[in-house]
Amino acid sequence: MASQEKTKVVLLACGSFNPITNMHLRMFELARDHLEDTGRYTVVKGIVSPVGDPYGKKGLVTACGRVTMARLATENSDWITVDDWECQQIEWVPTAKVLWHYHEELISNENINDDVDKGKRRKRRKLEQNENAGQSSCINTNADTPQLKLLCGADVLESFDVPSLWKTDDIEEIVSHYGIVCITRFGCDPEKFINQSDLLYKHRKNIHVVREWVINEISATHVRRSLRRGQSVRYLLPDPVVNYIQENNLYTAESERNNADQVLAPFQR
Amino acid sequence: MAGRIPLFLLACGSFNPITHQHMRLFELARDQMHQTGLYRVVGGIVSPVSNGYGKHGLVASKHRLAMARLALQSSDWVTVDDWESQQSDWTETVVTMRYHYRRITAQYQQRTGERKDPPTENSGKPLLKLLCGADFMETFKVSGLWRDDHIEEVVGRFGLVCVSRGTLQTDRTVHESDVLSRHRRNIFLVREWVQNEISATEVRRALRRGYSVKYLLPDSVIDYIKENNLYTQDSEMKNKEIKLRPLNKQTILQD
Repeated sequence: MASQEKTKVVLLACGSFNPITNMHLRMFELARDHLEDTGRYTVVKGIVSPVGDPYGKKGLVTACGRVTMARLATENSDWITVDDWECQQIEWVPTAKVLWHYHEELISNENINDDVDKGKRRKRRKLEQNENAGQSSCINTNADTPQLKLLCGADVLESFDVPSLWKTDDIEEIVSHYGIVCITRFGCDPEKFINQSDLLYKHRKNIHVVREWVINEISATHVRRSLRRGQSVRYLLPDPVVNYIQENNLYTAESERNNADQVLAPFQR
Repeated sequence: MAGRIPLFLLACGSFNPITHQHMRLFELARDQMHQTGLYRVVGGIVSPVSNGYGKHGLVASKHRLAMARLALQSSDWVTVDDWESQQSDWTETVVTMRYHYRRITAQYQQRTGERKDPPTENSGKPLLKLLCGADFMETFKVSGLWRDDHIEEVVGRFGLVCVSRGTLQTDRTVHESDVLSRHRRNIFLVREWVQNEISATEVRRALRRGYSVKYLLPDSVIDYIKENNLYTQDSEMKNKEIKLRPLNKQTILQD
């Protein structure tokens, strides 16, 4: 009975995943526990969406490799999947657009379900984006369509402040229409950051801050550095990913120089 | 790696349960010891403490052994040894070290005795060092926990490989102890640059509360824990009233 009253949630994590680590995977687990603990949500799916090569980040290896590693990493998960839509796109896709894409996909999946379940009647609420400008209601065209939320570390939240990296409209769309689940990180104080931003403060109910109870700062940068130096990264990433990296000699001094002269795609706008 | 001294790393502890962090200790230590140019790490040994240790929340050694074995299935150089856990009473670390040292020396003697041609890469008597985290080194200070002559033997005769979590606390601990300072050349400090605080205590807490511990320990260990319903409120209560065995045993000996 109670589960029918709970809101279904899909967690979407965007990022380089260069490579994916146990820390990325932990974020999903922590987010799910946190949301379900409130008693208001059921987390039904997690999506890892690696950024496309056009992002132009230094040291980024090909999307193909990053997607493969992410798939290997999530082999043993019954709810976390990898989607390569973002990296199939010719140009870099801003996060708000990625969210929109997956949101549309969730709606169309529900439509397919509706067509199949002809006997059921459900209310449909169509929300115009303009109508909801400034309000903290999440897009939900169908009572059963899961809510899509952006899953990220506190460093991503704090990157909202980096000049020209994010469009203000995009930030507004993300926090008002979707919502963020933000995992704390050493050295970041997400609550303080939210408090200091009028925009984020307005939509604070839509920003869930999750405390990591185990400090787990396995940065991909550190992993790449260790690999360049021939040091072991076992137990920082799932074994299949470690093996894949070794077999393909993925992270070298050379790969770290990828995009060295490039300007990051968001700054090229 | 010809001409290097073969080295075994022994980690003693509760392993209650084993986590990725424990396994990282071995990886970090091996990398570091190789970088000295002096050693070739040939084996790692996980030696879970016996039930007699009396630590708060310690589950049966048969489970801790099983979990460690599952965790290390994929490792080609670290193994689990049950000698310590099979002893009827808690065994001092130095006694466990002596046992393993005798064992690896006997193996070496058997191999060199059998070999007809002069030994090459595997030549040299293997050494055994104690692998531990920074918190372990801090325990030397705890009154009654260690015998002075034992600390001397562990550090002086065998040696320590101590993995710290990025702070320089281990340097300070060595500096503040006369016996450790005297043997500082036998203490290898390894910096773990990644903040990775996967303590078994936190893992047990999460399990009690029904939170996920996936990606903090191997899946096989998590499955085992669930199948055997291992970490509960009850299991955490175990040994609550009991004094840690070393504090009893060593007081008696000193009388």
